[in-house]
Amino acid sequence: MATTLKPVDIVLVGFGWTGSILAEQLTRTGLSVLALERGKYRDTVPDFATTQIQDELRYAVRDGLFEEPARDTLTFRNTMDQTALPMRHLGSFLPGVGVGGAGVHWNGQLWRFLPEDFVIRSHTEQRYGKSFIPADMTIQDWGITYAELEPHYDTFDYLCGISGAAGNIQGVIQPGGNPFEGARQRGYPLPPLKRSYPTVLFDKAAKDAGFKPFPCPAANASAAYKNPLGVQMGPCTYCGYCEWFGCGNYSKASPQTTILPVLLKRENFSLRTQCDVTRINLDSTGKNATGVTYVDEQGRQFEQPAALVICCAFAQHNALLLLLSKIGQPYDPRTNTGVVGRNYAYQITSAVDVFLDEIMNPFMGAGALGQAIDEFNGDNFDHGPEGFVGGGYIALWTTGGRPILQHQLPEGTPKWGAGWKKAMAENYLKSASIATHGSVMSYRDSYLDLDPTYRDIYGDPLLRLTFDYHPNEIKMSGFLTDKATLIAQAMKPRSLHAKPRIGHYSIVPYQTTHNTGGCAMGADPKTSVVNKYLQSWDVPNVFVMGSSVFPQNAGYNPTGTVAALAYWAADAIKNLYLKNPGPLVQV
Amino acid sequence: MSEKNLKAPEADAQAGSLDSDVHGPTGADECSSLTRRSLLKAALLFPAVGVLGCGAHESSHSATPGANAASVFFSTEERAFVEAATARLIPDEEDGLGAKGANVAVFIDQQLAGPYGRAERWYMHGPWAQGIPQQGYQLKLTPAELYRTAIRDVDAWCVQNHTGHFAALSGADQDAVLHGLESGDIKLADVPAKAFFTMLLKNTVEGFLADPMYGGNRNFAGWKLVGFPGPRYNYVAEIEQYGKPYTQPTVGILGRDGTLLRRG
Repeated sequence: MATTLKPVDIVLVGFGWTGSILAEQLTRTGLSVLALERGKYRDTVPDFATTQIQDELRYAVRDGLFEEPARDTLTFRNTMDQTALPMRHLGSFLPGVGVGGAGVHWNGQLWRFLPEDFVIRSHTEQRYGKSFIPADMTIQDWGITYAELEPHYDTFDYLCGISGAAGNIQGVIQPGGNPFEGARQRGYPLPPLKRSYPTVLFDKAAKDAGFKPFPCPAANASAAYKNPLGVQMGPCTYCGYCEWFGCGNYSKASPQTTILPVLLKRENFSLRTQCDVTRINLDSTGKNATGVTYVDEQGRQFEQPAALVICCAFAQHNALLLLLSKIGQPYDPRTNTGVVGRNYAYQITSAVDVFLDEIMNPFMGAGALGQAIDEFNGDNFDHGPEGFVGGGYIALWTTGGRPILQHQLPEGTPKWGAGWKKAMAENYLKSASIATHGSVMSYRDSYLDLDPTYRDIYGDPLLRLTFDYHPNEIKMSGFLTDKATLIAQAMKPRSLHAKPRIGHYSIVPYQTTHNTGGCAMGADPKTSVVNKYLQSWDVPNVFVMGSSVFPQNAGYNPTGTVAALAYWAADAIKNLYLKNPGPLVQV
Repeated sequence: MSEKNLKAPEADAQAGSLDSDVHGPTGADECSSLTRRSLLKAALLFPAVGVLGCGAHESSHSATPGANAASVFFSTEERAFVEAATARLIPDEEDGLGAKGANVAVFIDQQLAGPYGRAERWYMHGPWAQGIPQQGYQLKLTPAELYRTAIRDVDAWCVQNHTGHFAALSGADQDAVLHGLESGDIKLADVPAKAFFTMLLKNTVEGFLADPMYGGNRNFAGWKLVGFPGPRYNYVAEIEQYGKPYTQPTVGILGRDGTLLRRG
């Protein structure tokens, strides 16, 4: 039997980036805010100390900071006629677990989406005609504009101390920045990071090929920085252990390095870790949430009453919680009705490895130390002749040279034996990799629902993911790979190896942890789970954060938009909802 | 073992502690007083890393560090198979040590005795089905069980089709068997050959290139081969020295080569 606890005003399910942002914003109202986190408490010291964190085997290979499929996983299939099977260990994506969530182990690649990304359907129909969008492609406008989000992107840039070169300040194009970006109100708080040798070579090659390269925006501090909350960050040392590791140097922005030192001191905030929320509870009308049920690490069940419930879990976990709690109509691809689980999307990536004559020292790097071009992202180019929707950036990142997982070998190298060993000795120091990072549109047959067979540790159904790459994405990614190859050739390597993404989506090789959708936002309750303020259409005292609300995925890493949407929703909750609780958008 | 028991290494070495939750009960004083046998027992009972830290210390005193380390998971026959197979996957040659010299078999043995070998983080509930390749690993076997079953099957296959156990075959014959496992042309009695080969190769590369505190990469053999200087913490002064080799000595999480010899 569940023990009923003392009510709180606001309960947050999950305590990564969005939970930390919401908690910091909403505790300012004086209301009591409680965060429930399924994982453990973690902080820079002792958990990410440099004396132990730079351990590739423990963290990157054995998944030290990631969610454990033994406790949380999903089932997967490519198509609806297949039987989904459990993801038994991690591979394609690596959700975080514990305080800070994936905000602990991300690289810090912090992008904004383009203005056109938020109005992709109407923009595409207007420029290319309605028939340009395939019939089964279910992309939709977000119900929000870039202009509405810009102040919140800015807030997050300054919270994190982003290192970068602005490309467009209030409509004025800036030399050295990304000329394609949406207008920003001011430049980045910190100058770009120092450049690694491969990024210098990429920069020159991209210019030679006629492009406009720029330093990638980085949540790795290029200098000491005190953020607006008064939290101090230290300059990055280029140790090369960002992604899949915590930063021991207070240089990579994470909830721990930007928000928690302030938030944890607030009297009206509380945090309970190792608390697994299993349900959002509803009253008898089904239109009002009464709080949540959770299980602690000893298996005890608690009911936590709350006036407002905010889902801040990792993308697909928000969709699972809504499905298990019967909030919103589950999506049915056969009848094309319902919304929860609809419009799952991901990212499509490819690479072109370059093998050079000089020493590149790949181990000197940072998670977001890269140089990129944006000519082929969003609608920055004419899609008419290409016949696909979407795009992506092309970048050379030097995130590190951790030898087990971060080595490139020329095409045709034996997988083992003397030939493999010789190639390792010859190429580890003298190689780099150009990445393409492409959008994935949403489709009628790419979705999340409850698995009919497999169960979790509580006996609840696992989430079932049905997803494959569609011809539009394969074509787009191939286009990006060809452009990346042009730049690779301009780097004058001794050899290069283009690795386009082909065939079916596989859950085995790591690609990105950029899972999106399932709780799409929008202007129409028939095609969205939450309104433009991320408020549930069905249960107005439930809000949903994270990339789960993306109606489709753009060609950029999602964290910037995830955070901007969290600030945007926090503003709406503070300024609109709390003054007059109820639906913020009337249908 | 804890960091206060390590004398300060040279300034740029990165001696340090492992965090408390992996130490388990094998604390500083117990480490030196444990017998080898009880240490090995402890490796099976407690999270592996703290125990391995002790092992790394012990091995740095011996003439052939760790090469003869008793197995904590493998039987003698299994150990012989893995020694032989990994020695073909990354051969010892003139250009640097290979898997044998780097003690990769010791690494794999210790990994299989720990949480990885037991698939502690994996979802291991049925129903079980083969699935399609895109759905990933779907065997009911943990890594430890897969090794145990597959080694038995491969040795049986070798006895039937060659002159004896895998470890007793010529290098050329061993390579042929490994290629057969890799391609799936060799059908094993109980497990898919390709799944085993994939795991064996993956673990071999891990053991060659992981921090030496896990038992492999002895004397930084793998890191020195490729030119990785280890988990150094600061490249601010070097990152813009384009094209120049990095010349500082290799370090591991527990320090430089020989650092541990300076303990008490």
